Amino acid sequence: MTDLAHIRNFSIVAHIDHGKSTLADRLIQSTGGVTAREFRDQMLDSMDIERERGITIKAQTVRLHYTARDGKTYILNLMDTPGHVDFSYEVSRSLSACEGAILLVDASQGVEAQTLANAYLAIDAGLEIVPVLNKIDLPSADPDRVKREIEEVIGLDAANSILVSAKTGEGIADVLEALVTRLPPPAGDATLPLKALLVDSWYDAYLGVVALVRVKDGVLKRGMRVRMMSTGAVHEIESTGVFAPKPTNVDELGPGEIGFVTASIKKVADCKVGDTITEDRRPAAEALPGFRPSLPVVFCGLFPMDAADYGRLRESLEKLSLNDASFAFEAETSAALGFGYRCGFLGLLHLEIIQERLRREFNLDLITTAPSVIYRIQMTDGALEELHNPADMPDPARIAAIEEPWIKATILVPAAHLGGVLGLCTDRRGEQVELTFSGDRAMAIYRLPLNEVVYDFHDRLKSVSRGYASFDYQMDGYRAGKLVKLQIMVNAEPVDALATIVPEERAYQRGRQMCGRLKDLIPRQLFMIPIQAAIGGRIIARESISAMRKDVTAKCYGGDISRKRKLLDRQKEGKKKMRQFGKVEIPQTAFLEALKFDED
Amino acid sequence: MSAALTDPPEIALYVHWPFCRARCPYCDFNVHVRRTVDHDAWRRALLAELDHFAARTPGRRLTSIFFGGGTPSLMAPATIAAVIERASTRWQGAPDIEIGLEANPNDRAAFRPLAEAGINRLSLGVQSFDDRVLRFLGRDHDANEAREALDQAFAVFSTVSFDLIYAWPEQSEESWRAELAEALTRARDQLSLYQLTIEPGTVFDALRRRGALRPASGDAAGPLYEIAQDMTAASGLPGYEISNHARPGRECRHNLVYWRYGDYAGIGPGAHGRLTEGEIKRATRQLRSPERWLAATQAEGHGTAESENLGAAARAQEMLIMGLRLAEGIARADIRRETKSELGEVVNMDAVAELIEAGLLALDAERIGATAAGRQRLDAVLERLLA
Repeated sequence: MTDLAHIRNFSIVAHIDHGKSTLADRLIQSTGGVTAREFRDQMLDSMDIERERGITIKAQTVRLHYTARDGKTYILNLMDTPGHVDFSYEVSRSLSACEGAILLVDASQGVEAQTLANAYLAIDAGLEIVPVLNKIDLPSADPDRVKREIEEVIGLDAANSILVSAKTGEGIADVLEALVTRLPPPAGDATLPLKALLVDSWYDAYLGVVALVRVKDGVLKRGMRVRMMSTGAVHEIESTGVFAPKPTNVDELGPGEIGFVTASIKKVADCKVGDTITEDRRPAAEALPGFRPSLPVVFCGLFPMDAADYGRLRESLEKLSLNDASFAFEAETSAALGFGYRCGFLGLLHLEIIQERLRREFNLDLITTAPSVIYRIQMTDGALEELHNPADMPDPARIAAIEEPWIKATILVPAAHLGGVLGLCTDRRGEQVELTFSGDRAMAIYRLPLNEVVYDFHDRLKSVSRGYASFDYQMDGYRAGKLVKLQIMVNAEPVDALATIVPEERAYQRGRQMCGRLKDLIPRQLFMIPIQAAIGGRIIARESISAMRKDVTAKCYGGDISRKRKLLDRQKEGKKKMRQFGKVEIPQTAFLEALKFDED
Repeated sequence: MSAALTDPPEIALYVHWPFCRARCPYCDFNVHVRRTVDHDAWRRALLAELDHFAARTPGRRLTSIFFGGGTPSLMAPATIAAVIERASTRWQGAPDIEIGLEANPNDRAAFRPLAEAGINRLSLGVQSFDDRVLRFLGRDHDANEAREALDQAFAVFSTVSFDLIYAWPEQSEESWRAELAEALTRARDQLSLYQLTIEPGTVFDALRRRGALRPASGDAAGPLYEIAQDMTAASGLPGYEISNHARPGRECRHNLVYWRYGDYAGIGPGAHGRLTEGEIKRATRQLRSPERWLAATQAEGHGTAESENLGAAARAQEMLIMGLRLAEGIARADIRRETKSELGEVVNMDAVAELIEAGLLALDAERIGATAAGRQRLDAVLERLLA
């Protein structure tokens, strides 16, 4: 057990690419946490995808030993946090285990949308914040301008900012020293009944379920019988340890300490993040304030390309959800796409990551339907229904009102590209809340329907700002809207996977766009195929795919019939990549392609 | 499922000569370029393989012989004469059977010796009457040489057919009409019009991959095909098969054997055959490599690489693949005889109904056939019926 005065628990919060993982690496290296041989870049990003995309998805923790200028040795617990908005829930979880945070800002790029969002999360959590400007070795670094931005945009005193280059190591010693001198030590009492916050949990192939905890009061020891305060479940602690950064067993975890425990817990779901762990024999009187559960906000259907992979898809989703409680899925049947799952995600990046992991780690070929949000439907009989899938929309005659989720988006962009950004927001039904300037940078705050953001808003934003705009959002409640279900009929039959919910005033334009796109995406067939868009029973747009003009092998040479027979067999195989819909074969890729907005 | 077959009374013979002076950039046939060929050894080997197949099909009436390639106009006339002689004695030959050979216009000096060896039908690889197109197709003759070869062929052989290739990149409808008009003034009984297709492994395929060649799409080829159907019909040479046109009653008898799913023996490298032997119908394929085929034939009397026993389902499939290419379609009695099954047991009848409704297929108590529109899209029709 460590003396509280010699513990500092901290996080690093930053915008993506501002160098958070590099700074963490440097702190680990300069305190001797790993030998040079063991060191690899971005130590804390354990998943391949994290390393490749340069983002942190799961929170990680590491214990550092630092001998300060006062001659005393301190334990510094670094909680690495995800930078992306989709994972802001994990950010707040990590922050609640800390007393302070490093606010890391790129000294040439300045304050970006996620800098702002994460800084506010840290301020809300009551943390002491140390601004650190990174990449000062770059010729374009402009620390004075960036300090001004921190003061003007975030409202933090930046006078005592530390200038570093995580790349060269310059300023790292000052950061370590500031952690000791500027952050408060944790408070807690080892004699009180045990109160430990369950910060995160995951499944480890060797250890089973591992729980990351922050001890507030009392002491956690091996062999102790502990109780989960939300469920009452009792477990015996099998081991306690810390990440240094390799998992290392310790005898006990005392107040202020961050570490892991294992306790023969079968399922991650039994380890509710945010729960309070107490001693079964001597329980605490009340639990620590928990977290609000993270709820999926974006939904989409995932279907196997090859129907035979359905079972494998289910197993893969189950495995992924072991380590990702925020990810939800339920079976879905589509007339067009067969059997699959409707999955809920924290946001678009979360969706992309899950898809990519299914493809990469589980080798699954998937069709993804268009992302959708959760609509709330007020029925005429007074009932309130949640709609996760546009195809399930009830009969409009029974609907009193439809509400859709809105977000509050913060966009930071150089003033030169502001016009394009404002145009995009207006185009996506945005309402301006605030527009402020700091130097030549503008901060625009907009309210936008989430539905307008889930398809390709981020790509469009990058494109209209030449990559300079940064974007972050938070949910901003529900609002009623004039929304209708846009049906697409191929050869007079509605295709459920292509149904979308759109604002009434956009329905005609969207209908025409979808029909036009499908006309190009569906190959010629033997028959003329009409493609129609409809609201209710009303056709609002129509295109047609003319029948194929010629399709026949010119020659069957020298009586070689076998070749033609083999060709037919191959065509049979190729059919698996198509979905038979009535008389029409639709390539699987068409389902997502058709839904892309076309604004270029 | 096994169904008793009755040996048909007739047989046709296909002889493959695999050598060419050069390989054309569109050609994916079993073709090889060799500086020298031992004609005596090849004659003996072809005769040996002929004996092998004749021994398996005794007592048949020989209906036709076809020398294909490669460039069989490069064969020694003595070899041709020997093969004809042997086939006529091992099976029951008749003096009036069709004996055809494919020739290159530049081999016109060989026409008379070929006729004297017994060839009575010549099919000439004209391919185009446009020098520019002939160069694009990698042919070693020009349009005038082709015209001259045609004149000579008509003087020597009782039946002359010639091939044209259409739907080359950017081919216009006017130029196709003009070329067809010339072809129809020259053609007497038969004419073959093949759409240029890019086959895997050819030079054209490599060019297409590099983006240096853009083949005509179905949309572009469709009108050209329709022009050809209209113009040939108006000139009295209607299409009786997808790519083949003839004055009625003057169709190529040998090719009709393939399309009507009759028996044929195939000898020479890479040759295919279909042989009914008692209860079994076999698909035979000979070794593709000329050297390996020659060695095998010398050692064992034949160079068969594959001999597949075709079940009733495969026979039905093959019968439809071939028979629906013909304007006459397929007699349902033939399907019954070949597969011992009714039509409804071999194809998807829902698809049949759908295709009839779409005007692509015609069905009555006697026959099933693809309509003109259906033949034009036969690959997709077959996929619907069979895949």
